[in-house]
Amino acid sequence: MTVTAVRKDPEALTMTITAEFDTSPERVWKLWEDPRQLERWWGPPTYPATVDSHDLRPGGRVEYYMTGPEGDQPRGYWEIVEADAPHSLVFRDGFANDDGTPNAGLPVVTARVTIADLGSGRTRMSIESTFPSAEAMEQVLAMGMEDGLKQAVGQIDAILAEDPVASR
Amino acid sequence: MDNALDIDRVFGALADATRRDIVRRAIGGQEGVAELAGRYPMSFAAVQKHVAVLERAGLVTKQRMGRCKVVRTNSEGLSVARRLLDRYEESWRGRIDRMTELVTDTKEKDV
Repeated sequence: MTVTAVRKDPEALTMTITAEFDTSPERVWKLWEDPRQLERWWGPPTYPATVDSHDLRPGGRVEYYMTGPEGDQPRGYWEIVEADAPHSLVFRDGFANDDGTPNAGLPVVTARVTIADLGSGRTRMSIESTFPSAEAMEQVLAMGMEDGLKQAVGQIDAILAEDPVASR
Repeated sequence: MDNALDIDRVFGALADATRRDIVRRAIGGQEGVAELAGRYPMSFAAVQKHVAVLERAGLVTKQRMGRCKVVRTNSEGLSVARRLLDRYEESWRGRIDRMTELVTDTKEKDV
């Protein structure tokens, strides 16, 4: 397991996930920088992503769609706020209409990616996601990706079965 | 998903910054509505209204403590938000697993 830490703050509506890789920061940056690489990890296996425009400079945009098992194609975009290869990337992650324009009715999550060289060929990457509200969080999760998620991760049942009282 | 709590109400209640702040302050359950009202630049009635919204959502309860009633956060309500974050975590775990595979693949090819 490469994920080393997860920090969640339900009141501030943020989640930070940290992972370590046995490779260089440049190689990890390439996962974000190369659209063909991005396509291979952004969507779950049942909702593979196709990136049709990709500009990681501040002010630039990444536009993509995902193809679901029923042929449905939800679209999304990133708005790049900051980019400093191979150290950091900040972007607003939103949903788009069929014509690629931002869907203003759906929430935008701000993601802050930090990549650090740990030496000895290891790299740490952390991603902090900030939701505008709990309502926004619910909407993002209801965007039809949950089924794909179940198959990709296979752990969702345990989470849904979690006793709300015991989990505090 | 959860019978005990009305999820729409929980999200509606947490969508407001003042109400989120009340939820935070009421974790210790030391203050009544009047004390809480003193902390915000708004009327007692407005704060009372916010507390009522939180109460209906099951996020806080009013409990008798000696002669007064205090507002206390119901951690079960907050756990709904936590579970949503858990699900979001799962989606990132899936992504990181796929990233790891990609990084490992190219390494093997390079060798």
